[in-house]
Amino acid sequence: MRRVRPPAMLALEDGSVFHGESVGADGESGGEVVFNTSLSGYQEILTDPSYKGQIVTMTATQIGNYGISRQDDEAEKPWVEGFIVREMSPIASNFRSDEALDHFLARTGVVAIEGIDTRAVTRKLREKGALRGVVSTTATDAATLVDRARTLPPMEGRDLVLEVTRRREQRWTQSTSKVEFLPELGHTGRIYDLVVVDYGAKWNILRNLTSVGFKVTVVPATTTADTILAKKPHAVFLSNGPGDPAAMTYAHKLAAGLLGKLPVLGICLGHQILGHAFGGKTFKLAFGHHGGNHPVMDLRTRKVEITAQNHGFAVDPELFERGEVEWTHKNLNDGSVEGMAHRKLPVMSVQYHPEAAPGPHDSLYLFREFRAVLDRAYG
Amino acid sequence: MPRRDDIHSILIIGSGPIIIGQACEFDYSGTQACKALREEGYRVILVNSNPATIMTDPEIADRTYIEPITWQAIEKIIVKERPDAVLPTLGGQTGLNAAIDLHEHGVLKKYGVQLLGAQIDVIRRAEDRQLFKDAMLEIGLDLPKSRVVRSLDEAMAALEDIGLPCILRPSFTMGGTGGGIAFNREEFREIAQLGIDLSPVHETLVEESVLGWKEYEVEVMRDHADNCVIVCTIENFDPMGVHTGDSITVAPIQTLTDREYQRMRDAAFACIRKIGVETGGSNIQFATDPKTGRMIVIEMNPRVSRSSALASKATGFPIAKIAAKLAVGYTLDEIGNDITRKTPACFEPSIDYVVVKIPRFAFEKFPDADSTLGSQMKSVGEAMAIGRTFKEALQKALRSTEEGRQGLGLDKKDLLARGGTIPRDELIGKLARPNSERIRWIRYAMKCGMSRDEIQRHTSIDPWFLVQLEQLVETEDELRAYSGIADVPTPLLRRAKREGFADAQFAYLFREDPMDVRAERIRRGVLPTYKLVDTCAAEFEAATPYYYSTWEDECEARVSDKKKIMILGSGPNRIGQGVEFDYCCCHAAFALRDAGFETIMVNSNPETVSTDYDTSDLLFFEPLTLEDVLNIHDRLKPWGTIVQFGGQTPLKLAQGLENAGVRIIGTSPHSIDLAEDREEFAKILDQVGLRQSPNGMASSLDDALNVTRRIGYPVLVRPSYVLGGRGMRICYDDQSIEQYVKSGVEIGEDRPVLLDRFLEDAIEVDVDAVSDGDRVVVAAVMEHIEEAGVHSGDSQCSIPPSTLSREMQAEIRRATVDLALALKVLGLMNVQYAIQKGVLYVLEVNPRASRTVPYVSKAIGHPIAKIAARVMAGATLDELGFIAAHVPVHNSVKGPVFPFNKFRGVDTVLGPEMQSTGEVMGIDADLGVAFAKSLMAAGVKMPYGGGTVFLSVRDSDKPTAVHIGRELVRLGYRIVSTHGTRNALLESGVDCDAVNKVQAGRPNVLDLLTDKKIDLIINTPSGRGPRTDEGRIRAAAVQHGIPCITTLSGAAAAIHAIERIRARGFDVKALQDYFVAPVG
Repeated sequence: MRRVRPPAMLALEDGSVFHGESVGADGESGGEVVFNTSLSGYQEILTDPSYKGQIVTMTATQIGNYGISRQDDEAEKPWVEGFIVREMSPIASNFRSDEALDHFLARTGVVAIEGIDTRAVTRKLREKGALRGVVSTTATDAATLVDRARTLPPMEGRDLVLEVTRRREQRWTQSTSKVEFLPELGHTGRIYDLVVVDYGAKWNILRNLTSVGFKVTVVPATTTADTILAKKPHAVFLSNGPGDPAAMTYAHKLAAGLLGKLPVLGICLGHQILGHAFGGKTFKLAFGHHGGNHPVMDLRTRKVEITAQNHGFAVDPELFERGEVEWTHKNLNDGSVEGMAHRKLPVMSVQYHPEAAPGPHDSLYLFREFRAVLDRAYG
Repeated sequence: MPRRDDIHSILIIGSGPIIIGQACEFDYSGTQACKALREEGYRVILVNSNPATIMTDPEIADRTYIEPITWQAIEKIIVKERPDAVLPTLGGQTGLNAAIDLHEHGVLKKYGVQLLGAQIDVIRRAEDRQLFKDAMLEIGLDLPKSRVVRSLDEAMAALEDIGLPCILRPSFTMGGTGGGIAFNREEFREIAQLGIDLSPVHETLVEESVLGWKEYEVEVMRDHADNCVIVCTIENFDPMGVHTGDSITVAPIQTLTDREYQRMRDAAFACIRKIGVETGGSNIQFATDPKTGRMIVIEMNPRVSRSSALASKATGFPIAKIAAKLAVGYTLDEIGNDITRKTPACFEPSIDYVVVKIPRFAFEKFPDADSTLGSQMKSVGEAMAIGRTFKEALQKALRSTEEGRQGLGLDKKDLLARGGTIPRDELIGKLARPNSERIRWIRYAMKCGMSRDEIQRHTSIDPWFLVQLEQLVETEDELRAYSGIADVPTPLLRRAKREGFADAQFAYLFREDPMDVRAERIRRGVLPTYKLVDTCAAEFEAATPYYYSTWEDECEARVSDKKKIMILGSGPNRIGQGVEFDYCCCHAAFALRDAGFETIMVNSNPETVSTDYDTSDLLFFEPLTLEDVLNIHDRLKPWGTIVQFGGQTPLKLAQGLENAGVRIIGTSPHSIDLAEDREEFAKILDQVGLRQSPNGMASSLDDALNVTRRIGYPVLVRPSYVLGGRGMRICYDDQSIEQYVKSGVEIGEDRPVLLDRFLEDAIEVDVDAVSDGDRVVVAAVMEHIEEAGVHSGDSQCSIPPSTLSREMQAEIRRATVDLALALKVLGLMNVQYAIQKGVLYVLEVNPRASRTVPYVSKAIGHPIAKIAARVMAGATLDELGFIAAHVPVHNSVKGPVFPFNKFRGVDTVLGPEMQSTGEVMGIDADLGVAFAKSLMAAGVKMPYGGGTVFLSVRDSDKPTAVHIGRELVRLGYRIVSTHGTRNALLESGVDCDAVNKVQAGRPNVLDLLTDKKIDLIINTPSGRGPRTDEGRIRAAAVQHGIPCITTLSGAAAAIHAIERIRARGFDVKALQDYFVAPVG
């Protein structure tokens, strides 16, 4: 028989309240509510450290169908603050599945709610921008919950990286070839030493970097440029991560300290940090880009990639007026900056997620492209 | 890249008549393509033999050729129009095959015509099994083990390597015609031979069985710049083994992890690039092993397909329109998304609902056909539904199929609605053998306590789907605990509605009136909400009002204060109710929009033009049930509702709607009923002085026998309220009446059967007319070629009438006007007459749009459905300037197309039960040529040059057969006959060779057929059925593609056609040239 699920509530700062049923951990959790339009890949989303501080609404309605497979994790645990779905699957149906999703959420402490009109939530976020919200299995009074949502800190100005970054240096060895169903990039020639600054790096970035021939050393976010340079790596990678890039002055400093000294690749937050290091600005998007269907044009080739995206801030294109940095990738939906490259230095970055996980593989070439930059620099 | 300027005119090839595997989805795609290319300033030339299409409306293309889709006819069009390019990828398999024919006969080269969309080598690589396999292996994609064979010997050798069970797939056939699954050597031998015979290149693929694997489809688009996107992903509820056209399918994919899905996406792109489809849409099918994840490619279609129509409707992404623009040089990023109007078409739609498609079958029409589902498509139509969850979409789709079901269960066809149990053996049998009712049997099995694991073992259906069904059964069981709707707690009521339960299901469970359930539900505030299909899961605002209902918090329906008219569509295609009615509904929408109304379309058929989001002002993709329609009505409060254009589907709702206060515009439901009510109708006929063949109504067998004693045999018997002659029989004695009643026909006080004295050897006539209540305009009088007794949908007919005298035509016109006025018709009316020995009888009157409306509109050059829609909304015929329809000087012949080749071994005799799936039209100044064109268009390969005719007729036909035989000999044909017919011919001095009957030693007639030594069969039936000799002959004719004519009137017309074609050949002429003023 159908499990009777305890009631749960979602309250938003604009005063709206949604009633549903609990499909995760008991308790209460707050954050910025965002929606993700990916049709598959809820596990990768849940475990993506960039979602620290955010409650994720899935616009796809049937969630949990194929359960959870340890292999598909993007971090050792889920990072979302809460999870909102229309309907949770009662079983996990997949030969690789290790665990049902509701069980996983309960076990790992994620407050989750089902039965919600997720389209209504999404439309609200689209119209009003991302809103602070609270999901709760314990609250009984809606008004109190709305008040709690209003007292949450706003995302702007918030540094969340320190909560997700690794505490100590670590060697990463897994490549995509070791993981089921991932395309293998491969490489010929030498192996380069790469330092990855961990702002909340997704594992699939590390796997792909390993696959194209990097020996990957992951260091904490607060590592200084001097410490990194002292290791004499061939290149540095600035990872994805949560929060407001403008708030992370230590990271701007680190990036600026690397420019002109080493090739640098940035993805997502790493790209935004490079934006600041180049002297540019970042701003908050109304409701961000979270999904796996965003068209991005490579302005150099005019080719369009369908990309995986997860960001709430963007680099201000004003930066390109100065001419040092080239605008390489543009979002075709809203014209926002999706990638850039320094005209003289071997420094490049993209806002979106070439590593996918979840999402399309159209942009995997960027890892090869970065390797080619090194082949030119050191070849 | 901007549009190409090196080409100026483009020929689009349509898909011809509706057949199994190729339905009105290609009208939808072709119409979109024509509009898109004209928008870009190209001169568009169209060829399509199917008049019941929007694309062949003369205003859709610059030049419209309703001509056979054969390379010969197309060459003539090319000579006349000299197009720069041909676009063949929007006309289904027919379009591609025509392109290959044109290429092989050197036509493209000769006239310097380019192919757009897909080149010949691309079509070959995708369609030729071996080339496709080689290409896939080259890019490292996995396939089932397979071998291509060209003879039975090769097939038997391949079997040793591949093993049983295995799949056989003939090359270049549509909808898997001739394919199948072989479980033993006997079956293997049979299917292999059939496939080799049916394949135009005489080859078939023998393939490793992947029965029970999970099956998926992806819809890919690619542009010149090599940008690729996936528009939609589809997962089949029915695993591998059932043709995807016959499977319940779900969008988006539900049971793949992102990693598995992205691997499939990568493979799809690799496939389209390797095959080399430069621009446009392709459909690629995959299967995965549920135990290991091994993924294989099944096949790809390098063109717009049935699945692309589904994908377009499921996502809001107009694949055909975009494909047309890509074909002329645009790239995806240069084309806008019509729905958001802000973002480009270069993206992948995200959907925040679940779409379920359920096929609609017609096995009741072909009782001798095997109803097991396999690799050959057998369904004739489909319904699609949208819900926020699979459960909701599934139940909506089930009630959308209009087969008397309200959802998964709890309706009068539910075997376990009132409790009870079903033996295990029976359950297992129904689960293990794929069949159209399997989903019902899964529910029965669940209700009988069978475990999910066991059901999964028998069906191989993914456990996730089975759990969804389990949840529906649980909800049903929870509801059972209550004694009436009033007792059901509101949260449970709301949950059940969210799971797609219909008011009618509650009503059946609680033995209440559905309208009372509705009232109680509304009182409790449990109301539907409408959400938008917007391609982007609400990420961007949608400009187009394309809605579906669900039971959520927020309703997005934007209600304007404009005067609205709601048009109820015709639901899934079925035999007897097809694209013709969708055509009428579209015309109503076009005409009323032009007249300033806001139009609302309600329909559940994804293949149609009516469910295109720009056909009407508001589109509701909803089941056509009383509840669903009333819910829309509650929200939008339309000024008027049109029920007379969508066939029986909306008519069945008319009374209920009117009772609920809906304003039905046009002929009143009362008048519609009057025409169906025998007694009332007889009074009206009396009143206007018209004759009817003696008839009666019966609500029991005794009743029926009494009626026949009064009216005399032969008797035509049928249930009331049917379309397409469902359950119609001609009975010659009491015994056959008894058989008929006992064969499971619904009969009772509220379901009487109708009995008419059958008029033998009568000429049948169809008339379509429009009335505004004061004036009646007879649009056309159509004379049937087959005698009365063959269903009007299955007979060939001509405009103007071919043999009727002026006086008779005038009498028919007068009678039609009188009937329309007496019945107070407002809008369209169709009358069927029979003329026996110079006397006019009224067979039936249907005060609504008929199947012949599009054919008539094109034959006479007036859009009568549009005119009728305006009349229904208050205009007069005078105001519309339609006061008379001139009888055209050219001849338009309508011919039927039958699905016999999909149902191996069924007899092909025509009768009062409609069996055709589609129609074609042949137009020419000469009647014989028009008739020949309709035969060509229907794919009937008449031996115009001469050959051998097998002539065999029943005794009563022998005098006429002698005349036919004499004509054949005169034209130089050799006749072979069996004993009886041969004697009759010889006695009259007609030369004729002997051939053995089936039982009378070899070689017999079947051997001659197999050896292709017969080119035409003329065989009038004395018996019927697949086990009779003649039935076997007719079935063999279908198998070997030899034309088989079963009426002498048909034979006479065919001979006339042969003679005219021999004398003059044929020419082609655009529709626009037949009429001085533009039509439309």
